[in-house]
Amino acid sequence: MFSDFDLKVILSSLPYLFGTGMVFTLTLTALAASGGIVIGTLLALMRLSGIAVLAWPAKAYVNVMRSLPLVLVIFWFYFLVPYMGQWLTGASAPISVGAFTSALVTFTLFEAAYFSEIMRAGIQAIPKGQTAAAQAIGLNYRQTMATVVLPQAFRNMLPLLLTQTIVLFQDTSLVYVISLTDFLGAASKVAQRDGRLVEMYLFAAVIYLLICIVASTLVRRLQRRIAIIR
Amino acid sequence: MSATAAPAAVKPMISIDSISKWYGPVQVLKDCTTQVTKGEVVVVCGPSGSGKSTLIKTVNALEPIQKGSITVDGIGVQAKGTNLPKLRSRVGMVFQHFELFPHLSITDNLTLGQRKVLGRSNEDARTRGLKLLDRVGLSAHAHKYPGQLSGGQQQRVAIARALSMDPIVMLFDEPTSALDPEMVGEVLDVMVNLAREGMTMMVVTHEMGFARKVANRVVFMDRGEIVEDATKDDFFDKPRSDRAQTFLSKILAH
Repeated sequence: MFSDFDLKVILSSLPYLFGTGMVFTLTLTALAASGGIVIGTLLALMRLSGIAVLAWPAKAYVNVMRSLPLVLVIFWFYFLVPYMGQWLTGASAPISVGAFTSALVTFTLFEAAYFSEIMRAGIQAIPKGQTAAAQAIGLNYRQTMATVVLPQAFRNMLPLLLTQTIVLFQDTSLVYVISLTDFLGAASKVAQRDGRLVEMYLFAAVIYLLICIVASTLVRRLQRRIAIIR
Repeated sequence: MSATAAPAAVKPMISIDSISKWYGPVQVLKDCTTQVTKGEVVVVCGPSGSGKSTLIKTVNALEPIQKGSITVDGIGVQAKGTNLPKLRSRVGMVFQHFELFPHLSITDNLTLGQRKVLGRSNEDARTRGLKLLDRVGLSAHAHKYPGQLSGGQQQRVAIARALSMDPIVMLFDEPTSALDPEMVGEVLDVMVNLAREGMTMMVVTHEMGFARKVANRVVFMDRGEIVEDATKDDFFDKPRSDRAQTFLSKILAH
């Protein structure tokens, strides 16, 4: 099977694989991770607020999102987002948002549920005395969270946030169900066009592996730099 | 002011007026009343679980109360319109476990409140912070992080952090209980100096030497009640209650 391993098909498709596929994958991952962490943190704060009208919807949201398969949510949003847009803007017809926007909204909202659980654990792990000390010097709730609690929670939770982002990075390949082309999708197209399944899928696997190793190393280094000295 | 009102000089800085607090069915503070006047040092002592830490934390509303009222400098702590962050910024507090912010340098610990709450410029906050750091003898550590300092040093920074807000009163919640014995002295020295400079202080502590040295009054608590509220000399020389006598005999036995 490897006797006719063809490197040329990989080389000739590199511009397409990276210029189109990988750019898409990284853009979606970066945007969805950033948005997901922001929304997830807000959800976590709502859940921990002790105010029922905030805590309850956040809890329900997280539990629903986490109990659904991602593919289902991608499909669902693809058909739903145009109607949500219509409802939000009061337009007369469903708004065409494009597959990328739909995918971005889906991944952001889906990942927010997972990031929310990570941030919730992180916030809860900060000793109560830290909040008390922040309040005692006169910081209000927002300042206490922004300058004392969240910076510590974020640093402590960095490894888990990264793990979740790597999962997201891999999960972005599911966009093939709404006919978007990510890195794996691009490799897959070339593989089927040229009948070079082994080469292309092997190459894709190696690239995913490399990127995850590099990302892990970078974050470990980053974490060492910003770690809290105890 | 009416003729019958107390003279301004003894107007209480902190007035705790028959407060009660419950954790569920358990009453942890029972109808406690006491005052701290300006420039006074009041030591609160009592066996563990007597409610003394809870009492001091009600003063800046870190612990809510269900009955009674507290005023600080005439402002009602529980009153509806009270700007709690502002009130708290004028009440310095030092905690048993220091509670410095571990992700911030010593300098940033000293300037955070000044910048965010008092709106001071970076430079102004820094200058004042470093001056206070010098006062607690730790200038050389400005760039370090709390985790790099000893317990005693951290607690001195915590005192400087509280002072950086220019408080009108300082609360100390067992400031030396979490320290190794050899570090207790350096923290008490800072507190003694502060007392001698005329700072109004309410101090929960077991350090009876400190109480003898600088306290004006001693409040003795047991099982959520203020059992004795006396001048220092009265408390140490002729405690009225059995519970205070038992406590003193235990704590002074060694």
